[in-house]
Amino acid sequence: MAVLVIADHHDGVLRDTTQKTVTAAQKLSGDIDILVAGQNVDAAAQAASKIAGVRKVLSADSAALGQGLAEAFEALVVGLAANYDAILVPSTSSGKNFAPRIAAKLDVAIISDIVEVVDANTFVRPIYAGNALETVQSSDAKKVITVRPTVFKPAADGGSAPVEKIDAGAGAGHTRFVSEEIVKSDRPELGAAKIVVSGGRAMGSAEEFQRVIDPLADLLGAAVGASRAAVDAGYAPNDYQVGQTGKVVAPDLYIAIGISGAIQHLAGMKDSKVIVAINKDADAPIFQVADYGLVADYKTAVPEMMDALKAAGK
Amino acid sequence: MKVLVTVKRVIDSNVKARVKPDQTGVDLANVKMSMNPFDEIAVEEAVRMKEKGAATEVVVVSIGPAQAQETIRTALAMGADRGVLIQVDGEAPEPLAVAKLLKAVVAEENPNLVLMGKQAIDGDNNATGQMLAALLEWPQATFASKVELSGSKATVTREVDGGLQTLEVDLPAVITADLRLNEPRYASLPNIMKAKKKEIAVKTAADYGVDIAPRLKVLKVSEPAKRQAGIKVETAADLVMKLKNEAGVL
Repeated sequence: MAVLVIADHHDGVLRDTTQKTVTAAQKLSGDIDILVAGQNVDAAAQAASKIAGVRKVLSADSAALGQGLAEAFEALVVGLAANYDAILVPSTSSGKNFAPRIAAKLDVAIISDIVEVVDANTFVRPIYAGNALETVQSSDAKKVITVRPTVFKPAADGGSAPVEKIDAGAGAGHTRFVSEEIVKSDRPELGAAKIVVSGGRAMGSAEEFQRVIDPLADLLGAAVGASRAAVDAGYAPNDYQVGQTGKVVAPDLYIAIGISGAIQHLAGMKDSKVIVAINKDADAPIFQVADYGLVADYKTAVPEMMDALKAAGK
Repeated sequence: MKVLVTVKRVIDSNVKARVKPDQTGVDLANVKMSMNPFDEIAVEEAVRMKEKGAATEVVVVSIGPAQAQETIRTALAMGADRGVLIQVDGEAPEPLAVAKLLKAVVAEENPNLVLMGKQAIDGDNNATGQMLAALLEWPQATFASKVELSGSKATVTREVDGGLQTLEVDLPAVITADLRLNEPRYASLPNIMKAKKKEIAVKTAADYGVDIAPRLKVLKVSEPAKRQAGIKVETAADLVMKLKNEAGVL
């Protein structure tokens, strides 16, 4: 069995989602190759070659791949597919964009967002935003799988696989890259952050949301999230939204402030390792999933928490 | 310009999905069903294109049980012109089968644009739009937060990890809607009445000669491990102490 893992990288840096996807690939027990596709990929390819247990690294370089165009990834990977029994892609926005295209071209199912490898044909994946887990057995000879990176540990370094440059394949004839605007924030990305501080409707205004949530997040080096109610009320931008229709996050620590805990919000954060809820309503449903609950008005609790954090060396 | 929009009937996003005790699936009996929220956004976008004069006709397609006609009716009340239901009883077809069915509908309808929700909130695959684009060999612009049409091109701003990407795609193309694209309207009563008279063609997968047999066998559907409610702390200082010393997350 041979498995191709498609690397996630940016600006020459290999993201650890790649190593986590390699861990999922190891459970399929076969030879593992890594494809590093993009523009100026040498540094990322070198980093990939150091992951333990990798047979070889393929590097493909083109502008269209660098722009993450799905059509270019499809052409490249479909061209390589004959050599592999399974193709594993980290379930990032880029991976989700191109992986189904590859599956369709190969006339196989896409097995999306797996959280467990049961055996080489059987996988567990969340449905209904994680409110249910589906165990599926694939009958396709070749498998195209996206892997939810947050649930797998990163594969260790220690290898020295050869790096082979390959042809980047066709570009994307009918799609042209216009521009990219990556938010330059000192805060970590919501989907990848180890700590998330989220605010809810109790904030009452956008100013209050920023006054309360932002400093605590910055003190903790955390990303900022929000409930749908806070987003709908205009207190926080839409891309902050954590929930079934927003982002699904699973940080080490999730701090919900003034969030009641609607089902739709819980679906987006209940896989967090530790959940903290601060709410003045002792009956708020958020307390049913919180590891640590503090029944208090956030107006006094958040400043006190910040003082305690500073006293503890934060 | 003709726009094809796809809609799926799913459990309402405000209802908690419950796993059946025999672990064969999620219980859909007597549960409130609604249009997939991302599809609602796609319908809204198509209707706005029509209102601006950019689109001449909006055709809405659904694949699902007979009751999915209600979902199509909702889209018609929002302003779509007519509907097509490909009636499939029993288990919902997988994204690949749905993409194949939609490809057949595209061959029949010849739209210039297919607008879809980025994912359905039941299966959470986030795949059908991409698969349809691949099968049609059309360009795709997924997770759209802004769409501008000009002649035979669309400029689409996409939500990507960490920010936004803007692509220009030649039409025909597949565009999938993300949350920020627009805020769907509520249908007005007169429009709900009008929608009752709009045409819905009912077809079957066999009409299109498409094999919709699943490639994935669902062995079981289980409930994720329940979280135990934890403890209540008395003060913020106590909370920080516990997070540091007990949970080890600070």
